[in-house]
Amino acid sequence: MTAVLARDLSAFVARGEDDRGRLELLVKGARCGACLAKIEKTARETIGVEAARFNLTTGKLAVTFAGADGDAAAVIDALDRAGYPATPFDPAQAIREEDREGRALALALGVAGFGAGNVMMFTVPVWAGVFGQELSPATREVMYWFAAAVATPCALFAGMPFFRSAWASLRRRRANMDVPISIGVILTLIVSFSETFQHGEHAYFDAAVTLLFLLLIGRYLDHKLRVRARGAARDLLALQSPAATRIDADGLERVVPVGEVEVGDALAVAPGDRIPVNALVESGASELDNALISGETAPVAVRAGSVVHAGALNLSGRLVLRAQARSENSAIAEIARLMEAGAQSKSSYVRLADKAAALYVPIVHSLALLAFVGVWAIGLGPREAILRAAAVLIVTCPCALGLAVPAVQIVASGRLFRMGVLVKSGAALERLAEIDHVVFDKTGVLTEGRPRLIDAPAAVVAMAAPLARASRHPLARALADAAGCGEVATDVVEVAGMGVEGMIDGRHARLGRASFVGVDSPHGSDTELWFGFDDDVRVRFAFEDSVRADAAAAAAELRALGIAMEIVSGDVAGPVARTAQAVGVDRWICGVTPFDKVGIVERLQASGRKVLMVGDGLNDAAALAKAHASMAPGSAVDASQNAADLVFSQGALRSIPESIRVARAARRRVMENFAFSALYNVVAAPAAILGLVNPFLAAIAMSGSSLVVILNALRLGVGRSR
Amino acid sequence: MTIVYMLAPLSLLLGLSGLAAFWWTLRSGQYEDPMGDAARILDDHLREGPDEE
Repeated sequence: MTAVLARDLSAFVARGEDDRGRLELLVKGARCGACLAKIEKTARETIGVEAARFNLTTGKLAVTFAGADGDAAAVIDALDRAGYPATPFDPAQAIREEDREGRALALALGVAGFGAGNVMMFTVPVWAGVFGQELSPATREVMYWFAAAVATPCALFAGMPFFRSAWASLRRRRANMDVPISIGVILTLIVSFSETFQHGEHAYFDAAVTLLFLLLIGRYLDHKLRVRARGAARDLLALQSPAATRIDADGLERVVPVGEVEVGDALAVAPGDRIPVNALVESGASELDNALISGETAPVAVRAGSVVHAGALNLSGRLVLRAQARSENSAIAEIARLMEAGAQSKSSYVRLADKAAALYVPIVHSLALLAFVGVWAIGLGPREAILRAAAVLIVTCPCALGLAVPAVQIVASGRLFRMGVLVKSGAALERLAEIDHVVFDKTGVLTEGRPRLIDAPAAVVAMAAPLARASRHPLARALADAAGCGEVATDVVEVAGMGVEGMIDGRHARLGRASFVGVDSPHGSDTELWFGFDDDVRVRFAFEDSVRADAAAAAAELRALGIAMEIVSGDVAGPVARTAQAVGVDRWICGVTPFDKVGIVERLQASGRKVLMVGDGLNDAAALAKAHASMAPGSAVDASQNAADLVFSQGALRSIPESIRVARAARRRVMENFAFSALYNVVAAPAAILGLVNPFLAAIAMSGSSLVVILNALRLGVGRSR
Repeated sequence: MTIVYMLAPLSLLLGLSGLAAFWWTLRSGQYEDPMGDAARILDDHLREGPDEE
């Protein structure tokens, strides 16, 4: 692309176990198997590369070199030519991450699945015996011992995640949902064993394992979601400009990892590269695209003496910088830290199920204790007392309660998915239902996010287009887009911070700032371009970031839901005010930094508002992580999509009020389910204390109550959707 | 009826071998890249297994 310098990226090559060089790259743009084949082939055919393996799911390419050192730059250049920009990972971050917890959960799930499947082989014949088929007591007992042999080790192994979590929660003197689940499973096993010992009829080895199997599915999916969210912040850090070109004292340029840049180093940044660290411009002039930092696309002109921020893209001229900070002090590193902090503060949110458990556990368990003491006290003996206390715990086993929340949330997520909204966790739905204040980012959310030419006659556009096609300035590109395909001007020279000049049909023409073309313009310079031939006509092109078609309708629907709104943008006052007026939002704040955005969200939440943040840029990522709930459009940068609770398909702003409606409906269903579970327990628990419930009746009641809860959740799916 | 005493352990053995196979797939990292593996199985030039590096 730019001048091919001998780049020295050896710092990114780590030494493997077999003393061979290893390199990890984050490769962008791979979509399918064909891309995978091309990437691996490209990497393998590079000289010195022994093996390359690409992970299509994570986008990471692992390269092994034949020798101890390898030419990382050659691999990156080859991939770049093939159309897949690659970024080396810091060796420290390239350590193979092992998802131990995920593997343990998957294994527990496998064991529980094996147990649930195979225990049926022995318990189904017993149930057949209950319904009048011939089954001698001796055979039944053998079946139960078989069932016990399968179910007990499986349940104890697969139950470990729950037992551990319950124990940890009890030690903090709190009771989460895992406490009744653990007690229920262990008690079911104990009572089943005692029944089998006493040649009794009703043992529930199957119930214990099946319950764990179903609960583990949810637990595993939940874990996968959290792992992905954690990876977001890491990928963000790895993506900041990985290497910097340092000008050493001897005048030679060396490419070094960004982590090695010290304050005071001289750095060179070519057009098309990103600024590696916060720095002061020493010489050169250019324009910077700050989209990654502030979210706004209008380029900013810089010259000697300007302060530039890490992550900004250098558009037009070569710059020589003097580093002012180390890379861990850069704006991107700060955003990544804020994202992690925000995610942590969110994890302290107490989910509805845990709130219910906090009420349920003490009531039910003291009831069981009361039954035990009471039955013993009225002289029925300790054995009967234990059986009745156990009956209370089994009959109130939180099957329905455990299903009340996930069943509703799965149906609600399914309904939103059909509308193009991806829900990332159940907790996100619960938080979304509580929202009473929405904070919008402007660019890319309420607006299209790119400049568009307005009110220009086609003939004039066609006249300027050849020059516009030769430039990579965003406004020139918008002009070229409007003109379509065609010829390109010759002898083009891009003048940094000013515009482009070149020859069109033998005439010298200029396109750029007003002063560059030779006119005095009273208008702002960032939303207009001037074009003119030498000593001839001067035409002005105006650009605007147009408001999305359904923005006003979405805002009206939100207002009807009783939700306050405001726009918080990094853009200048004019465009923000115009957007606010077009959308119909009264409150707006302009010119804010990413950190101000977090501060605004924090202040609103401190004053008791439940804030929904809607944003798409990297500058919104920290605010998205901090807000009570957050949504990002599908066009957002990866970091923002990962930080957001919900991702909606591009451009469909109407899905925001609809998501809130579905989330509120889901909360109503959850409450109904809780009410039903409470009612069921109010009837079942006293019946168990009085000894009216035999285990068979309990099983019917338990599955019946679970069924009611699921059916109620399904009502949400058939609700009207527009 | 006595056949059950032979068939039941036999089927349990079958189930256990399935569980062992699952444990092996988990250990050898076969769930690390589901998208990539789905593509690899269709392409003869990408035959490397997940174990090879």
